[in-house]
Amino acid sequence: MASSHGTPPVFNNKVIAWIDHRLPVFSYLEKEYNTFPTPRNFNYFWNFGAIATVMLVLMIATGVVLATNYTPHVLMAFDSVERIDRDVPQGWLIRDLHMNGASFFFIAVYIHIFRGMYYGSYKAPRELLWILGVIIFLLMMATAFMGYVLPWGQMSFWGATVITNLFSAIPVVGDSIVTWLWGGFAVENPTLNRFYALHYLLPFIIVAVVALHVIALHVHGSNNPLGIDPRGPQDTVPFHPYYTMKDGFGVVVFLIIYAGFTFFAPDYMGHPDNYIQANPLVTPEHIVPEWYFLPFYAILRAVPDKLGGVIAMFGAIAVLFVLPWLDTSRVRSCTFRPIYKWFMFVLVIDVIILGWCGANPPAGFFIPLSQVATIYYFFHFLILLPILGKIERPLPLPPSIADAVLKKKAA
Amino acid sequence: MRKLLVTGAIAVAALATGAVAIAAGTTEHPPHKHWHFQGPFGTYDRAAAQRGYQVYHEVCAACHSLSLLAYRNLMELGLTENQVKDLIKDIQVPDLNDDGQPIERPARPSDRFKKPFPNEAAAAAANNGKAPPDLSVIVKARENGPDYIHALLTGYVPYEKLTPEQIKEFAVTKDDNFNKYFPGHKIAMTPPLADDKVQYADGTKATTDQEASDVVEFLAWASEPHMEDRKRTGVRVILFLLAMAGLMYAVKRSVWSDKH
Repeated sequence: MASSHGTPPVFNNKVIAWIDHRLPVFSYLEKEYNTFPTPRNFNYFWNFGAIATVMLVLMIATGVVLATNYTPHVLMAFDSVERIDRDVPQGWLIRDLHMNGASFFFIAVYIHIFRGMYYGSYKAPRELLWILGVIIFLLMMATAFMGYVLPWGQMSFWGATVITNLFSAIPVVGDSIVTWLWGGFAVENPTLNRFYALHYLLPFIIVAVVALHVIALHVHGSNNPLGIDPRGPQDTVPFHPYYTMKDGFGVVVFLIIYAGFTFFAPDYMGHPDNYIQANPLVTPEHIVPEWYFLPFYAILRAVPDKLGGVIAMFGAIAVLFVLPWLDTSRVRSCTFRPIYKWFMFVLVIDVIILGWCGANPPAGFFIPLSQVATIYYFFHFLILLPILGKIERPLPLPPSIADAVLKKKAA
Repeated sequence: MRKLLVTGAIAVAALATGAVAIAAGTTEHPPHKHWHFQGPFGTYDRAAAQRGYQVYHEVCAACHSLSLLAYRNLMELGLTENQVKDLIKDIQVPDLNDDGQPIERPARPSDRFKKPFPNEAAAAAANNGKAPPDLSVIVKARENGPDYIHALLTGYVPYEKLTPEQIKEFAVTKDDNFNKYFPGHKIAMTPPLADDKVQYADGTKATTDQEASDVVEFLAWASEPHMEDRKRTGVRVILFLLAMAGLMYAVKRSVWSDKH
């Protein structure tokens, strides 16, 4: 669709025309971000792609500045972060933006993923687009995990110890892999150094995969809340100014909430123990990861066997890769799936329960609760989704986007 | 717009689960106190923080370092450079002379706070094998830091006042220090504060509670000296973003007016 519209743009500015004739960046921008036909019926859930992009850029910008002031050494890392906070001009601002930015990047991406699942955005012909998104999510998790290690607080150190130790569950070669990851026989200075190098590298790989994500998106264009394809110009609007303005508004609203936390509760989403310098001889009472990993942490601990737990945790993400083929429904949007719609909300509650379990020590009723929630998580994807698609009777789809929009307006 | 609210609810729920992560604990919950620095517009009470410095200097500094702070930072609490110089005139800090030999010299405002022990091993050796924690970020390093530290400093129970059950359950002996708020209750630190432990120059009555409150005010400042700057900046940023959001919404409405 995007590939078939319009004649090549004519540029009045001679310089732009000269460049564009040789390197068509302006034609590209014109086609993909100006006239790009976009379904006219997006709701505010469609803002979160733009919001996530803004957060990615913000994280890289603040991260580069932090890197110029940070010292990746086990004896100096903790103090160097405090030095950024205290002595670097506006250093506290950059650090608070970066550490809260990680949380808000995940909030944006989790909502973006929910949007994709609820409206069936992963279904044909957008399977690769979805898979690229899951790859971005995985890269984000790796980046965030390594970034959390850098301040070298107690949770940094012990989080790194717990997570790297997961690889020791791999039969035969597990221990060798862990030694290789650590660069030694414990989480030590070489570990911190390589985590720092990778924490700086991975965001740029994320940018590359985001570029592929956007290219894949622009082949067939965006899905929309109705999940039906646009049939003509009456169903779409040009991306600019309609969605540049709507995304801009959404981004600013998101930034208000982000700024609220950054400026008035910067440590709310962190753990107090990370203000204690890493001490390999003192284990914190409860080792917990950052909040955005808690559901996966709960799945890890729900399985009584170490290797089983690791497989379940990675499986919880791996299952997302095959989501487009697990969903057998011929209808995309949950708007027209009267049964699955409710199961989507049950899944959200299930993930929140998993997060709650992950935040608490694995004792008492949290053990059976996390096990039930884990089983339900996999039940949703592996059993419910394939079966429901076959037996559910979808509601009748509207004839076109324009039709649905105008009918709604009239009602 | 309703969708946006749903989205917000999801985000809030996600945050709530995060908060649970740090709410676990087995000991008595510290009572909530009102602090001058609380809330979006809260500032440090300079007078209290200055008194708190006195408590730190005369009591806590015997064992606890404050290694991330320099004496010059005290000027942020409203002291002049001369007042800071006057405060530190009797402090001798270790240094090397031009021949590389260790010497002691008078402290300068640019020096970091002098550590009570030359190194961690010495600190541990003098304190039954465990070095007293540095207090630079202690308020941020504890759940409900200000309330907790105030409660800890005032939460000692003398052996005679313990119930037989408490003595049995926590295996308390006459030599132990029992604290209501310390995890596990047995704390190495002897009760550091007492009524009239310090003499305040401004006439404030130095009760144990007052001393504890003052030192918490000081340590809260030490943990985050830029807090007031952060909140001030935050107010400006949020006001700007609100205006920006209003503008964006108006533009968006007008752009879309011919479509929906």
